[in-house]
Amino acid sequence: MHQMHGAGETGAVQPAIELRGIDKRFGAVHANKSIDLKVEKGTIHGIVGENGAGKSTLMSILYGFYQADGGTIHVDGRLCDIKGSEDAIAVGIGMVHQHFMLVEPFTVLENVILGVEGGAILREGVDKARGELKRLEREYALDVNPDAIVGDLSVGLQQRVEILKALYRGAEILILDEPTGVLTPQEADHLFRILETLKQQGKTVVLITHKLREIMAATDNVSVMRQGEMVAHRKTAETSPEELSELMVGRKVLLRLEKGEAAPAATVLEVDNLCVETSQGVRKVKNASFSVRAGEIVGIAGVSGNGQSELLEALGGIRAVTEGQVLLNGQDVTPGRGVDAAELRKRGVAHVPEDRHRMAMVTSFSAKEAAILGYEDDASYQKGLFLNWHAISDATKHLMSEFDVRPNDPDLKAANFSGGNQQKLVLAREIMRDPELLLVGQPTRGVDIGAIEFIHKRIVAMRDAGKAVLLVSVELDEIMSLADRILVMCDGAIIGEVSAADANERVLGLMMAGVDPHEAKAAEGQS
Amino acid sequence: MSDSVQLPRWIDVGALPLLNLLLALVVSGLVVLAIGERPTQVVEILLYGAFGYEEAWGYTLYYTTNFIFTGLAFAVAFHCGLFNIGAEGQAYVGGLGVILAALYLDFLPFPIMLIVAILASAIFGAAWAYIPAYLQARRGSHVVITTIMFNFIASSLMVYLLVNVLRPQGSMTPESEQIAEHLRLPFIHDIAAGLGLEMASSPLNLSFVYALVCSVLVWLFIWHTRWGYAIRTVGANAVAATYAGIEPGRYIIMAMMISGALSAFMALNEVMGVQHRLLIDFTAGYGFVGIAVALMGRNHPFGIFLAALLFGMLYQGGAELSFEIPTISNDMVVVIQGLVILFTGAMEHMFRPRVTRIYTAWHLRRRAQEAA
Amino acid sequence: MDNFELVILLLDATLRTSTPLILAALAGMFSERSGTINLALEGMMLGGAFSAAAVAYYVGNPWAGLLAAIATTICLSLLHGFACITHKGNQVVSGMAINILMSGLTALVGIALFAQGGKTPSLDHESRFQPITLPGADAVADVPVLGSIYSELLSGHNILVYVAFLAVPAAWWVMYRTRFGLRLRAVGENPGAVDTAGIGVVAMRYRAVICSGVLVGMSGAYLSTAQGASFLQDMTAGKGYIALAAMVFGKWRPFPALFACLLFGFLDAAATRMQGVILPGIGEVPVQLVQALPYVLTVILLAGFIGRAIPPKSLGRPYVKER
Repeated sequence: MHQMHGAGETGAVQPAIELRGIDKRFGAVHANKSIDLKVEKGTIHGIVGENGAGKSTLMSILYGFYQADGGTIHVDGRLCDIKGSEDAIAVGIGMVHQHFMLVEPFTVLENVILGVEGGAILREGVDKARGELKRLEREYALDVNPDAIVGDLSVGLQQRVEILKALYRGAEILILDEPTGVLTPQEADHLFRILETLKQQGKTVVLITHKLREIMAATDNVSVMRQGEMVAHRKTAETSPEELSELMVGRKVLLRLEKGEAAPAATVLEVDNLCVETSQGVRKVKNASFSVRAGEIVGIAGVSGNGQSELLEALGGIRAVTEGQVLLNGQDVTPGRGVDAAELRKRGVAHVPEDRHRMAMVTSFSAKEAAILGYEDDASYQKGLFLNWHAISDATKHLMSEFDVRPNDPDLKAANFSGGNQQKLVLAREIMRDPELLLVGQPTRGVDIGAIEFIHKRIVAMRDAGKAVLLVSVELDEIMSLADRILVMCDGAIIGEVSAADANERVLGLMMAGVDPHEAKAAEGQS
Repeated sequence: MSDSVQLPRWIDVGALPLLNLLLALVVSGLVVLAIGERPTQVVEILLYGAFGYEEAWGYTLYYTTNFIFTGLAFAVAFHCGLFNIGAEGQAYVGGLGVILAALYLDFLPFPIMLIVAILASAIFGAAWAYIPAYLQARRGSHVVITTIMFNFIASSLMVYLLVNVLRPQGSMTPESEQIAEHLRLPFIHDIAAGLGLEMASSPLNLSFVYALVCSVLVWLFIWHTRWGYAIRTVGANAVAATYAGIEPGRYIIMAMMISGALSAFMALNEVMGVQHRLLIDFTAGYGFVGIAVALMGRNHPFGIFLAALLFGMLYQGGAELSFEIPTISNDMVVVIQGLVILFTGAMEHMFRPRVTRIYTAWHLRRRAQEAA
Repeated sequence: MDNFELVILLLDATLRTSTPLILAALAGMFSERSGTINLALEGMMLGGAFSAAAVAYYVGNPWAGLLAAIATTICLSLLHGFACITHKGNQVVSGMAINILMSGLTALVGIALFAQGGKTPSLDHESRFQPITLPGADAVADVPVLGSIYSELLSGHNILVYVAFLAVPAAWWVMYRTRFGLRLRAVGENPGAVDTAGIGVVAMRYRAVICSGVLVGMSGAYLSTAQGASFLQDMTAGKGYIALAAMVFGKWRPFPALFACLLFGFLDAAATRMQGVILPGIGEVPVQLVQALPYVLTVILLAGFIGRAIPPKSLGRPYVKER
């Protein structure tokens, strides 16, 4: 940030990108509401916002992946009609997508030249490309073996290939969508050094992220998005993480729930040194140890993608555990060692997963079919060899009226309920079984305000009924208003615990960014 | 959730498939025209051949029997998200089960033989489906290719067995011995005669009744048991199945084995009911017709029954065609079959967006009118 | 020398039986490497064989037949593409539909045109592809071993046999050494990468299925105007599926697929000669076992017991932009 060159001083230089009134709807979802944005040439410009704020949609429009419903795009002061990726490439825009757009069995070189091969026969272009690639690698410190197979490279190196791809196409403007979501901290640091080099070479970088630490460390300017709107533009040097987080979240009315003191009793869930790996062998949960007692809600806070999802799925019996042990009421129920989701359900573990559509329901099923998922073996639903649809229908009606699911029609297709009603149906299915332990992930994602309050009340009611609840949420408000104890996860590890009484957004935010809990509290004390 | 309104059931499972079917028939008509014949005449002959005289009915339903079995077979696997292209092979091997039971357990009385034959065909057919199913569930080999391969393997195996094992001493034709008279499935016209009713003789036999029973059983199984529920969950969303504790591999194997058994029941009709011995290639492509039948019938037993009836009619009427119009053989029926699969299966989405748009516009306009 | 002659004859037959497999397997490869499953090889081959025989009969020239076959199979490929690429229909179902349709249509049209029970009239000498004697083949025929290998094994095939064998390195070159091949392979692995690189996914996949059509058309023409002298009902008799198996066996690569076709062709050629032959120590090998071997081997390969056949990642999946 010591180099404040560019448009700010001269004033005459046109912004690298200017968006005016960009508007985009996906069906009922208004993803971008008349967005204005200016990105100065030769700067690193951050765009922050919560999940679903519309950042990725905006950038996909800029890159021609989607078409805006309204508004204009100006690059270097010229009005551009970007209909597809090829148009974006032509005006010098390159993009590194959140999910890499690489052909894994190809070499680095092949990936780089795809689309700009420089001739019908590869030979002609390849030699030139190799030289050009060498130059780019030297210039931007992006070393990677051009003949390596991309699928064999680490995620960090794959990302470099994506950057090389953009640069090779002559990108002057580089958009990176959540680039550090998949990187280790060391790889992320390296990436920021690369971005700094790019800036020094006069390139413009747009960095989309929801991690404030990265914004503060790497950008010159920052724009904040919330619920499809652009709410603020700041110079990074003149703002603070506190201000940004307020802007991101907005002054939402805190849904502080009236709830009594928790009365924790015996330990229900005991997790000891748990490790979970993906099928590619990436360690997502690192030596997590904690317990949940009857009559308390334990919240797991953390920036999305820090291992919470995997932890929850492992505890629900969907993912095998690599190391460690899970005890339920003192009995070993470690998933993957002879224990699966069905077995856990039988032992009183209910699970409301994070992703409704992918996991919690079959959207082509009717409500009553959705209402027995996971419990289809239950004796009360059987009549001899057959399912007792009368009983199921009645039970579903009961669930639906208990949880105020509208319309109260067990025969309606699950896909035709609103998000809030779908979620209430899933919660009803899991909670009304009277489980010992409720695992619940992002209970109010994509749910309307009215339903949020209802869902929160039901979760607290579970606790008051003496059940153990483990809540995973990326919404800090939700965690703070529901949980009695809060664990913070960062990079797969549980880095600390805060009691609900001591918790505030700032301390949790710092911990979520990986700051040691004691330091976080000390920093809090000073301010 | 989205821009468009959900289509009502009558359009979704009624009008759209009918539209696709209609298109298939129109194209078939064009084929007839191209050959230089009149489509109306062809339809006339087809209908006469299928229903115009008393035996015709029996023949039509005899073909229908095969198609119900193979259509149900395809549908059960399909509900689990699998394409079982192997009905031919599974039926062929199922025929082996029937003939072995009928020839080597010929001391059994008929009612017991009936059960034994059903079990034998089911076991042989299910076993033949088990290997591709296992490979899909546990080793990820795609069931489409393996079942196709297994059709050919079954064909070679059966030819070998017919030539070297089952062929009676001294016979030159590669076919098995005849099933003893009292162990054959009774013809419907014989049963009717026993009840004092007179019916024209046809190959229609007791297996038709069993096919109807199987339709009901499949309907009950898929929509009214927890296993059917699990199979449908795996087929619709395997991740949700895992979440629910439904292990997909287990149900893939279960669905494929049931599918194989249903295919094999076709052998009851052909081997035990009509030909009374095992012939080379007795499956005659009926397994593939099952794909068309199931796709057209939207994988529902009732729809399958209707589609099987249509194809039964086409097969029987098609035989008549070749007598009446020398330039048109019953290959016309195969053409129609291909077109039906093409339009109701592969291009099922062709009209949907347009119909959805029209319906949505109509629906919104009507709502606006009501509001006004 | 007797045994040597026998081996030469067997290998000679192998070349002839594997030719249609090679062309069709390469056809399948072009389609599947771009992400479109091609179960329709059997039906397309049949359609090509019919068109070639019919047109060669009318025109009296095998080249006209070949062109007709290719035109037919390109049309069928476009139909397959229309269902699977444009309308995102199920690729397996579309392939089966085309197979069944062609099985009926070729017979139907054959009867309507020629009234010979689905067969086309026998082609005369002029209307068929004739054996070509390679230069100097007669001269070296008497040279022991090498001479007879050249004159009897390598020489004396029709042009399509040579085309098929040359098509393998050509396909390899196109696939791995040209811009077209690079994009084709990319679109079958990750269409998103192709799209974001500014290349049209749909157009790319259409081009691939057209290539597939050209190749499978040649294999059809070979059956009816080179190897045979007329079209016979269902004359492909599963060769399309064997070619598919060979392609899978060759792991979607040209040279391994060639090897698989030669192996399967050899088994086919051997099967007809093995009838009643008693092998020392083994006894009589059932001819059906030999016939089933290609399928058995392919299943074993698919099960992952001999190496792993990894299909293109996006095979069978229509391209839909996320959301």
